[in-house]
Amino acid sequence: MTRKPVDIGDPDRLYTVTGGRSEADDSFDLVTLIVSECEPTPGMQSEHARILELCRHPAALVEISAELKLPITVVRILLGDLHAMGRVSARHPRAARSVAALPETALLQEVLHGLRNL
Amino acid sequence: MGSATSELPSQRTPLADAAETGLKIVVVGGFGVGKTTLVRSVSEIRPLNTEEVMTQAGQGVDETAGVERKTTTTVAFDFGRISLNQRMVLYLFGAPGQERFWFLWDRLFSGTLGAVVLVDTRRMQDSWYAIDRLEHHKTPFVVAVNRFDEDERRFSLDEIRQALSLGDHVPMVDCDARVRSSGKEVLITLVDHLYSLALSREGTS
Repeated sequence: MTRKPVDIGDPDRLYTVTGGRSEADDSFDLVTLIVSECEPTPGMQSEHARILELCRHPAALVEISAELKLPITVVRILLGDLHAMGRVSARHPRAARSVAALPETALLQEVLHGLRNL
Repeated sequence: MGSATSELPSQRTPLADAAETGLKIVVVGGFGVGKTTLVRSVSEIRPLNTEEVMTQAGQGVDETAGVERKTTTTVAFDFGRISLNQRMVLYLFGAPGQERFWFLWDRLFSGTLGAVVLVDTRRMQDSWYAIDRLEHHKTPFVVAVNRFDEDERRFSLDEIRQALSLGDHVPMVDCDARVRSSGKEVLITLVDHLYSLALSREGTS
């Protein structure tokens, strides 16, 4: 691995970003899709503003982590804040009505169909 | 590994606004076996790279020093994306098979549909640990043998199955991770396998 954005000299930055917290809300899965519910506002924490910009269209937590070059845990904390303020909504894996109602086999059939059409 | 790709200027391809369900498949294997190559060959975006860090209190070793030691575990991994349809999007993760990675499995990959163990026949021992851990986590998997160069001692799939002590129930497939159609076939083999497993579960319940 050549890219270590977080390890370069300044681990404290992570704590600055999260206001000192290191325990994340695990309710956000790597593939939970996040959608902005508002535009960034002046004076907003820059990471919050960037997430709101990124999520004008749905983006998975892991994509936000990669784009912001922040570890998963940190992004979970930031998303927890934004979600609590109603600034983003979260589409959790398999929570969608069209999927939750499906038996496993029907879900997998849809996946197969999608893969064969690649 | 294509780790440097994340340094390129960002040109994001957004998901469809109707996207509502993210799914996960994990590709595990030893260093240099071609995980990133496989992810890249089937992904609709260039593979992205990210990491997770976890700080743990040290265990036992230095107790006489009277200082609580903390260890920070960093695990980097890359991933790609496949939009299956307007609503469903599959994320494909290339994950290192080394020991520390498995501490983070539940935090990162719980709910994973299944896994692909990518095998290099010159370093089959790298796969043993991954297979053991996947069985431990009860994650269904298939084994894909990456024939990415002229493999002079070309072991047959049967020989590899024996070398890895794999039961007959684990599907195996040859692939060339650089080739999109081949990577796609690996994923289809896995999901076919998952489908059979689900079908037999639904049949008995």
